[in-house]
Amino acid sequence: MTYTYADGAAVEPALAALAETFTVSDGVSTPVERTWLDTFDWRLYRSGWTLEQTIGPATSELRLIGGDGATIARQVGRIDPPARIEQVPAGPVRDRIAAPMRMRALLAVARSSGHGHTIAVLDAEQKTVVRLVADHARQLEPVARPLPVRLAVRPLRGYESAGRRVARIIESAVGGVPETRPALEIALAGTGRAPGDYTGKVDVRLAADQPAAAGIAAILRHLFDTFEVNLEGTLDDVDTEFLHDLRVAVRRTRSALKLTGDALPDLPVDKYVAEFKWLGDLTTPARDLDVYLLHLPAMKEALTVAEPADLDPFGVQLERRRATEFRKLKRGLGTVRLARLRENWRADLTAIGEPADGQPLGALAGQRLGWAYRRLAKRGAAITDTSPASDLHRLRKRGKELRYLLEFFAALYDSAKAGPLVRDLKGLQDCLGEFQDCEVQTGALRGFAEDLAADGKAPAATLLAMGELTEQLRRRQDAARREFGARFARFARPKNVRRMAALTAGAST
Amino acid sequence: MRVVATYNIKGGVGKTSAAVNLGFAGAGEGHRTLLWDLDPQAAATYLFRIRPRVKGGGKGLIRGSRSLESAIKGTDFDGLDLLPADFTYRNLDIVLDDTKKPTRRLAKLLAPLSDDYDLVILDCPPSISLVSENVLHAADLVLVPLIPTTLSTRTLDQLTDFVAGFDGHRPEVMAFYSMVDRRKKLHRDVMTQLDSTDITVAGSVVPALSVIEQMAVQRAPVGAYAPSGKAAQAYANLWAEVSGRLFGTAPAR
Repeated sequence: MTYTYADGAAVEPALAALAETFTVSDGVSTPVERTWLDTFDWRLYRSGWTLEQTIGPATSELRLIGGDGATIARQVGRIDPPARIEQVPAGPVRDRIAAPMRMRALLAVARSSGHGHTIAVLDAEQKTVVRLVADHARQLEPVARPLPVRLAVRPLRGYESAGRRVARIIESAVGGVPETRPALEIALAGTGRAPGDYTGKVDVRLAADQPAAAGIAAILRHLFDTFEVNLEGTLDDVDTEFLHDLRVAVRRTRSALKLTGDALPDLPVDKYVAEFKWLGDLTTPARDLDVYLLHLPAMKEALTVAEPADLDPFGVQLERRRATEFRKLKRGLGTVRLARLRENWRADLTAIGEPADGQPLGALAGQRLGWAYRRLAKRGAAITDTSPASDLHRLRKRGKELRYLLEFFAALYDSAKAGPLVRDLKGLQDCLGEFQDCEVQTGALRGFAEDLAADGKAPAATLLAMGELTEQLRRRQDAARREFGARFARFARPKNVRRMAALTAGAST
Repeated sequence: MRVVATYNIKGGVGKTSAAVNLGFAGAGEGHRTLLWDLDPQAAATYLFRIRPRVKGGGKGLIRGSRSLESAIKGTDFDGLDLLPADFTYRNLDIVLDDTKKPTRRLAKLLAPLSDDYDLVILDCPPSISLVSENVLHAADLVLVPLIPTTLSTRTLDQLTDFVAGFDGHRPEVMAFYSMVDRRKKLHRDVMTQLDSTDITVAGSVVPALSVIEQMAVQRAPVGAYAPSGKAAQAYANLWAEVSGRLFGTAPAR
């Protein structure tokens, strides 16, 4: 149980009241630096946790706290953010956070500095049964300001009833209700930030009866905000997903412009489509190499003939290439061209204002969703066993368009009812994605192998291992090709046609 | 999770002192540690100022009607918990005898704790009994405090022979010299003699020091009230050897 008070005036009277029943130690006051850590997209918070680092004069502790305030895991150690999982000290906290964190880095989402006064509440045997921790702190990040005093009642294991008794005495003496908000939420309250406030998903409030121009502008502004917030993390190379989210925002912007840009007649859509294409192309090589590096452990695991270590020279090559491409990316993101694009795009989006007239957004959404679905269904139905790979690649693009439109207009329709359709579309897209990725990766691997051979930097074992990978990719691509028919049939089945019709009608109302 | 038991048929040789101080050292190193006081005398429980009472008694724990978790108490020391003794533990043999696989029951009860603890220390009563047999089957390492006298080595031989006859899992057995007075020729001679045998004896020696006897007055591990003294150092050295055997390569003797 934790109580929050505006200042520390409540602490002494609370202790005096406790001293009538228990022995209360003088306590130890120690300076404390506290940092709350999470990934940029709040993966720990979304898992129901907050991660708190407490540094004192002689201690450094990491504590993973559950939604009910209970400690899930704790360990000695210190994290200097930004920190990826391999930079987190080994221990039970790291063991728990590794899975949700994956490739993302931990950042400091809030920091405070102050002192903690730990008071032991003892029973008749002079045994500590409860620890009271009075936290007097000043917040440093995201804004500098004093924080309310927190008085935490922490019963030792097996002494929960003593803890409840202590809590009742405190409440009776100085009032207060148990604080239910996590310390992090209190630290962020009023700062304009809140735990979980960033997601890479499209999250725009729309209404079917609002003018289409206003709705499309809102979507484009949201996508641009996503681009902007990911830019710094991309430039600082904090983790791979900043670049990923930045690129997704760019792709979605291009799609939004191509599929719905006509709703904004004053916007030079073609110009921006071209500029965002340039931006997308600029970011592709570094991202491709990130993906190879992220998948390298799995590639090593998948080898059945070659040894995992045989791919180490390939890994070194990937790292070198990645460093080169990242330098190019950074230069490109620092160009006047990008600065102008950002400035002009922001200005043009602002100039749109809040249009009050025009076609309702719902009607436009219904129309575009219907077109995209029919286009995808028609092209997919035309694919046969002998269709060239390029037909499937083009079909994948049509699928992406439908998917993006579903994401843009999700606020306008009943997502529960659309769920099966979206799942079947995802199944189709996964199959098409696997097919195309395998083809692209096969070509890339051949290129990497040729370069390694030309440089004389790789032993034969490495080239053979890469050959084994291309063989696996071929088999996976063949499997995806064989699976396409069933996946498309499932997507295009009459039930989904009816779902699509209901969805487009629903979006319009 | 690794399990170490402090065990000797003879009483008053330093089992509880070792269990308490090794538990303190292990928790201090960051291992999540549980000490189970299996001795109805409840000495370890007393040292941690915890009431020697388990709801449902030993019977409830052994039969499973009360979970071990529900009986655990936090000590004053971070990372160190205690499963208290209870006077009903004097009847544990009878309760164990009534269970399926009576020599394996403790191991089975301890298994679910592996998510919560890295180290379990069993402080055993001085006896040869079904409880001690359970302890030997549950432990990864049996730590035998030896006051270096002629008779004490006989009990070590008996234990080593007994463990050698186990089918399946056999704990490692390691003795350590306890309550050593190097002024006594007998102590010196016995230590020299044992060192020349193939019995595993820890290189760390716990001397006979009044500061260790003070534990009953201070009611705390030596490392808590006399952290820089010889006794604390002796137990720290012993812990280093034990920890090496439990969690990694053993330090050179």
